Amino acid sequence: MNTRSHYDVAVIGAGMSGLAAGIRLAHFGKKVCIFERHNAAGGLNSFYSINGRKFDVGLHAMTNFVRPGVKGTPLTKLLRQLRIDRDQFALCEQKQSRIAFGPRGETSLRFTNDFAVLEADVAEKFPAEIDGFRKLVALVRSYDDVSLDAKPESARAVVRRHVTDPLLEDMLFCPVMYYGSATEHDMDFGQFVIMFKALFLEGFARPFEGVRLVIRVLLEKYRSAGGERRMKCGVQRIVERDGRATALVLDEGSEVTADHIISSIGAPETESLIHLGRAAAGEGEPPPANIGRLSFVETITILGRQPDEFGWGSDTIIFFNDSPHFAYERCADQVDPRSGVICFPNNFDFGPERMLPEGVLRVTCLADYAHWANLSENHYRADKARWFATVQRSARRFLPAVEDSALDAATLATDMFTPRTITKFTGHFGGAIYGSPVKHRQGRTELSNVYLCGTDQGFLGIVGAMLSGISMANYHILQKG
Amino acid sequence: MTKDECKKLVLDIIADIAPDEDLSNVKPEVRLRDQLQLDSMDFLDIVMELRKRHGIEVPEKDYVQLASLDSCAEYLTPKFDALAGKN
Repeated sequence: MNTRSHYDVAVIGAGMSGLAAGIRLAHFGKKVCIFERHNAAGGLNSFYSINGRKFDVGLHAMTNFVRPGVKGTPLTKLLRQLRIDRDQFALCEQKQSRIAFGPRGETSLRFTNDFAVLEADVAEKFPAEIDGFRKLVALVRSYDDVSLDAKPESARAVVRRHVTDPLLEDMLFCPVMYYGSATEHDMDFGQFVIMFKALFLEGFARPFEGVRLVIRVLLEKYRSAGGERRMKCGVQRIVERDGRATALVLDEGSEVTADHIISSIGAPETESLIHLGRAAAGEGEPPPANIGRLSFVETITILGRQPDEFGWGSDTIIFFNDSPHFAYERCADQVDPRSGVICFPNNFDFGPERMLPEGVLRVTCLADYAHWANLSENHYRADKARWFATVQRSARRFLPAVEDSALDAATLATDMFTPRTITKFTGHFGGAIYGSPVKHRQGRTELSNVYLCGTDQGFLGIVGAMLSGISMANYHILQKG
Repeated sequence: MTKDECKKLVLDIIADIAPDEDLSNVKPEVRLRDQLQLDSMDFLDIVMELRKRHGIEVPEKDYVQLASLDSCAEYLTPKFDALAGKN
């Protein structure tokens, strides 16, 4: 074992949360190394290239946007904690977004980074509900959502105490669930509060360059703080003794030791590494529990024209649903095109005369992992093509009408990710982007020196992911000296 | 070290932790929390930066001593002096 190295902290996964944890630890002098199986950093929020064209995955928008001078919010906290100047992210604000319900989006609520817009729209469309809505908002504002020991409570039950119209209730839940919920039908009220603040009370923005810039800033910060990183170097299993992790066995077989391990790969996925360690030591272990049930497909259409030229220039993000009830659940078929999210990355305010070189239309819908996982390559390709058309057609009902022939003529390239793609590139079991329905606020695992950060710790969204890494590094390691 | 020098070192740390705060008129006798937007994460960072930059340890029971610039100077100056004396 002459390749053995020892670290104060080993971080598994170079996504947003792992990088943020790494930055904190390296800044305060810990010897830290991040192990990432993929060749690119970013995890669930990353990018890839096909034929020289770069595609973003994950991030539609950075949530939690607040303007300079607004303090005490997650974005401000993370910038301070990571010693990042907010200008480095060069955030450009959304234009406006919508929640559109009904077969043609007949009922619509508009929202922007100015909360008064949503409030006024609720007052106009649901006049009987506005008092209750304001009371709900007051409750959300006063709720301590970053507490590490809050007790779970049904968000549907809390919201119903204030909002009685089921349509308004579903319209509020749709964006909140689509942007972070790992649970079907309902969610923990604490998680609802995190997302409600992130989407409605704060807002959407993105760097002109997209998620690549965020990742680059984090990587540079981590490197300059002295952190090490090993790419294309996954962790195969965790070796334990007496309830503590003693070593990581890497994919290529060598062993690394560390005093602490922070795992950003998910709770069932981390459990699996521990169990694989036990199996290698000859012990039988049950398969991991609580794998997430929700996965997604996303279609990406690259256009030779700006969305504005099709009359699609005003909306940044549209959350849609065509049915009497909004069903946020594992679907019975490969994809559930009844509801979804449309995103136009072009429709941020990038400043005068600055626009993305190509038009981009992204549509996300719920999908079922099991229906995609074991298809033969031919069936997989055929199903992707079929669902691509269905998903895009479904979404276009909520956009100003454009002739098929005009859209086809402008389409330069398309791509689509499926639950299978998610598992392949992120390692999340079941294609579960938002991880397990069971969250671990304190990040504890069955081993006393292995902690979770990221989606299964329970702070949601990209800003939430970074705060999660920060919180876990602080709580378990830095505060203890 | 004079108490003013000590206050300057603390302000330098706060400037790095919270560059979005205006530190030009911080009143030394007023609690930092009452004139700046600093939360518990920020105070923890002040403690950790003191350790990282100056080798000064502030145990948790003494965190209250960091409430204002004046109390920081009272509490930290002897610690700086003791460290300087050792070298």
